[in-house]
Amino acid sequence: MVDDKMIAVDSNEENPTLASFPGAAGHTSSVSLSLAEKLKSAKEYIGINKVDGPLLFVNKTHNVGYRELVECVDPSGLTRLGIVLDTSADVVVVQVFQGTASLTLPDTRLRFKGEPHKLGVSEKMLGRVFNGLGHPRDGGPAPRSEHYLNVNGKAINPMARAYPRDFIQTGISVIDGMNTLIRGQKLPIFSGNGLPHNELAAQITRQSKIRGAESEFAVIFAAMGVKHDVANYFIRSFEESGVSHQVALFLSLADDPSIERLITPRSALTLAEYLAFEKNMHVLVIMTDMSNYCESLREVSTIRGEIPSRKGYPGYLYSDLAELYERSGMLKSSGGSITQIPILTMPNDDISHPIPDLTGYITEGQIVFEREMHARDIYPPVAGLPSLSRLMKDGIGKNMTREDHPHLASQLFAAYSYVKDVRNLASVIGEEELTPLDNQYLEFGKVFEEKFITQRRDEDRTIEQTLSLGWEALRILPAEELTRLTEEEIDTYYAI
Amino acid sequence: MSNPTPDGSAKTERIIGSVFRVNGPVIEAIGITDAMMLELVAVGSNQLTGEIVKLENDRAIVQVYEDTTGVKPGEPVYGSGASLSAELGPGLVGTVYDGILRPLSTLLNMSGDFLDRGITAPPIDQEKKWFFEPVVSAGTDVHGGMIIGTVKETELFVHQILVPPFMHGTLVSIAPAGHYTVRETIGEIDSDDAVHPVRMAQKWPIRRPRPVKGRSPLDTPLITGQRVIDTLFPVAKGGTVAIPGGFGTGKTMTQHALAKWCDADIIVYIGCGERGNEMTDVLNDFPKLVDPRTGRSLMERTILIANTSNMPVSAREASIYTGVTLAEYFRDQGYHVAVMADSTSRWAEALRELSGRMEEMPAEEGFPAYLPTRIAEFYERAGFMETLCGKNGSVTLIGAVSPPGGDFSEPVTQHTKRFVRCFWSLDRQLANARHYPAISWIESYSEYLSDIASWWEQNAGADWSDCRSTIMDLLQKEVRLNQVVKLVGPDALPDSQRFIIDVCTLFKNAFLQQNAFDENDRYSTVKKQYKMLELIVYYFNRGQRAIKNGVTLVKLRQMKAYQDLVKMKFSISNDDLSEFDKITARLGRSFDQLEAIFG
Repeated sequence: MVDDKMIAVDSNEENPTLASFPGAAGHTSSVSLSLAEKLKSAKEYIGINKVDGPLLFVNKTHNVGYRELVECVDPSGLTRLGIVLDTSADVVVVQVFQGTASLTLPDTRLRFKGEPHKLGVSEKMLGRVFNGLGHPRDGGPAPRSEHYLNVNGKAINPMARAYPRDFIQTGISVIDGMNTLIRGQKLPIFSGNGLPHNELAAQITRQSKIRGAESEFAVIFAAMGVKHDVANYFIRSFEESGVSHQVALFLSLADDPSIERLITPRSALTLAEYLAFEKNMHVLVIMTDMSNYCESLREVSTIRGEIPSRKGYPGYLYSDLAELYERSGMLKSSGGSITQIPILTMPNDDISHPIPDLTGYITEGQIVFEREMHARDIYPPVAGLPSLSRLMKDGIGKNMTREDHPHLASQLFAAYSYVKDVRNLASVIGEEELTPLDNQYLEFGKVFEEKFITQRRDEDRTIEQTLSLGWEALRILPAEELTRLTEEEIDTYYAI
Repeated sequence: MSNPTPDGSAKTERIIGSVFRVNGPVIEAIGITDAMMLELVAVGSNQLTGEIVKLENDRAIVQVYEDTTGVKPGEPVYGSGASLSAELGPGLVGTVYDGILRPLSTLLNMSGDFLDRGITAPPIDQEKKWFFEPVVSAGTDVHGGMIIGTVKETELFVHQILVPPFMHGTLVSIAPAGHYTVRETIGEIDSDDAVHPVRMAQKWPIRRPRPVKGRSPLDTPLITGQRVIDTLFPVAKGGTVAIPGGFGTGKTMTQHALAKWCDADIIVYIGCGERGNEMTDVLNDFPKLVDPRTGRSLMERTILIANTSNMPVSAREASIYTGVTLAEYFRDQGYHVAVMADSTSRWAEALRELSGRMEEMPAEEGFPAYLPTRIAEFYERAGFMETLCGKNGSVTLIGAVSPPGGDFSEPVTQHTKRFVRCFWSLDRQLANARHYPAISWIESYSEYLSDIASWWEQNAGADWSDCRSTIMDLLQKEVRLNQVVKLVGPDALPDSQRFIIDVCTLFKNAFLQQNAFDENDRYSTVKKQYKMLELIVYYFNRGQRAIKNGVTLVKLRQMKAYQDLVKMKFSISNDDLSEFDKITARLGRSFDQLEAIFG
């Protein structure tokens, strides 16, 4: 079992008496290992055979489990964490989260922990700052954990899900009116570099409320490869709105090892699941920037020599992202919920790039930013047409928002879509040549963008304000054009 | 040897080898002594369900249907001696399964809100007693696929109990009418070699098509209630359809609408690598919706296979086959079954992921070279068949395709196009304008049109084909006219041509667009569709004549009766079609008046 070159030693300070290998086959890495068992399963090896980027290769170990947690101690005594990516009787591949700098082949020590990576979770984690692995980075002591949970989570049984239908009022017209956010939804923001996605996410966090309900909420913020000042912007924004004691931050910033980004959202979502489904809290998870997460995934995949699919990303990018995004929603058995707002910057503003593309296939809609609107100083620069909320249909209308909301939104979409056609036409033949009706549409487009979409960064509109702004824009058009609205709705709201 | 089922009750003590390497869902086993291709195996101390996909000397590659975290080299691999099979019998209808046919409600009771590994449950209730009524008597010569009795499974649905395929002989005994479980013997067949017991449940390997007597021509349409489909791009019962579209173009919405309103007897809905909440939506919606043909809950004719995107990738690969096997089983009882697979791209991606992990040589975009073969095998399981029991039954396959970036030139869309005969292309522009269903009338096609035209002419109206081709012709013309308008503006066109654009706009708004949430509009009967089509064609013909007679387009647009056309889909219910005649009469009078003034 052991190669001559490799020396397996007992981790002497932990368990000096253990001299034999643990009986691997009979030893299951179940959840409830006692401390003594944990120590017993930890075998230490001195020396590794190959280091390639974030990956370590070790030959001829005992039988190591797939995705097992590994502690890796460098010659100076610093401990880093990793997991087993590939295991066989010949060679084990370990992915190290905190970088492989200063590791040497002969002197690096590896300890296989015999169980997957687990995060200690508790309500005390709210109000604190952690690194991607869940270790405090605010200088405070590690909060006492109530439970240790596998960060990879488990798939929710579709039968156990409750269908999300509670309208969240974000106070932002283009979201509430046109792309309604629902509690338990995963609604990403597709943005680009230099666009105000952070401002919008912070504004949503500040203003979100369920009408007529006061409930315990928490915000979990996972930062992957973002700059320090972006993280500080969010921290400040949480402080200003007085919610920072309800926020847990998992920061893996731009200068942290890139592989740590792979575990950051998993740590964040593990805590979110605990708070939502064990403690019945309503949890909003903001994950930024998913593009950096995918870059790290590609990095690891390339080093392992896997066959790439599009743009060098691994073929399992979809499944991997789904493992994160699907950890949202509501359960019938619990009063809590997880709502996700992942933020991603589209490389080169290209929505067909694999990252936004695959995200859009998993999430329940998307809020798409448009650079051209930003240049015209429209905030939030949410592109009307490609943005979509899939859960909106069941969360709006009578008894939820207002009875005219579904048709109104549909009419605004249709009219705005026609505005785009008219603008194209006008750019060819000139506005003078347009029919009077087309000119009315141009006017509608202007009012819609300037009055309905545009709002201040601290402006919190009620849904009624949003809807009446929508009607205000529609009044520019003749009533016959409003084919998506019923006659009663037109009678009630159009006239005035 | 045990009786393996896809629920993984392959749990046996027969060790056939040991784990050598673990790479995600792909496991390499060594020391393989006795194993066959596609054998169902259990891996490791947790006995995770898997399937042998490659054999080489004493090595085997096993595709594992569950998360392999913690599996170690050296752990045992247990054999079952049989392939991955589905247990078929009363109790399937109305149930929700995962990709390898484990009932999710049972798993919920066993492991709570989250899915645990290594748990197993039989797909159909083994203890429930069903009322069995024999339809043949002892002494009859029987053959595979023959109906020997019935079970009323739901108020709607009568389950025919079949002799397993390939079994034949003399029925030496049959149980009298009474209550039995699916495991109890209800008859015995004396074939040449031995006497075989027959039960209400039977097993079938999911990757193998069930046998039939023969294929029949596809000349009956599957009526979906969606006007753009039934009228413009109809699919035949037993046909194959691909629905490609980028995200947010409404693939799932279209699939849901079909599952709700199409006139199949049984719906198998495969959620293959899609969202968990969508499945919950179906689970919430379907029991409440009433089937317009039977007046019962839609769930009583639906089977759901929910293998969401975060569930193991290899089970996603299997889910397609599981679903189509169920469909074939009901087809063999003489039913018309529609299978919705959402989405086949996720299935192809699962193939790609597994192929990559097995280090196979990739073809296009990392997909394995056998992708087209697999797609063809899948779609060829559709068809309108003469079944072994002598009845007619059909399996219609409707597969959604999710092309990356909405680019239809990618391999899955292209290969699927080769093997389907109906193509409903979803258009991003239409979806952006919230024109649903966003099926493009330019890119889509149906090869079944000529086969089923006579059905429409008999059941709707004799001039159905003419009306349809008039409208299709106008839609093609409109594309060219719109190009001109984009260059020089609408004023440059004569009234007669601008009128064509007007009629097409009317047709799109009043006919093609369909509101899935409106009581009257969510589905349209054959008659209503025909009446609406006829009325719009009538409007076009009269309008064209009026313009020729000197009526201006402005006057035509101001016509009051025009608004009746716009709103007819909402205002007229499926049951009261006499309104159409009133609208036609009003429209006719308006035209008469206009022509009287101008003509």
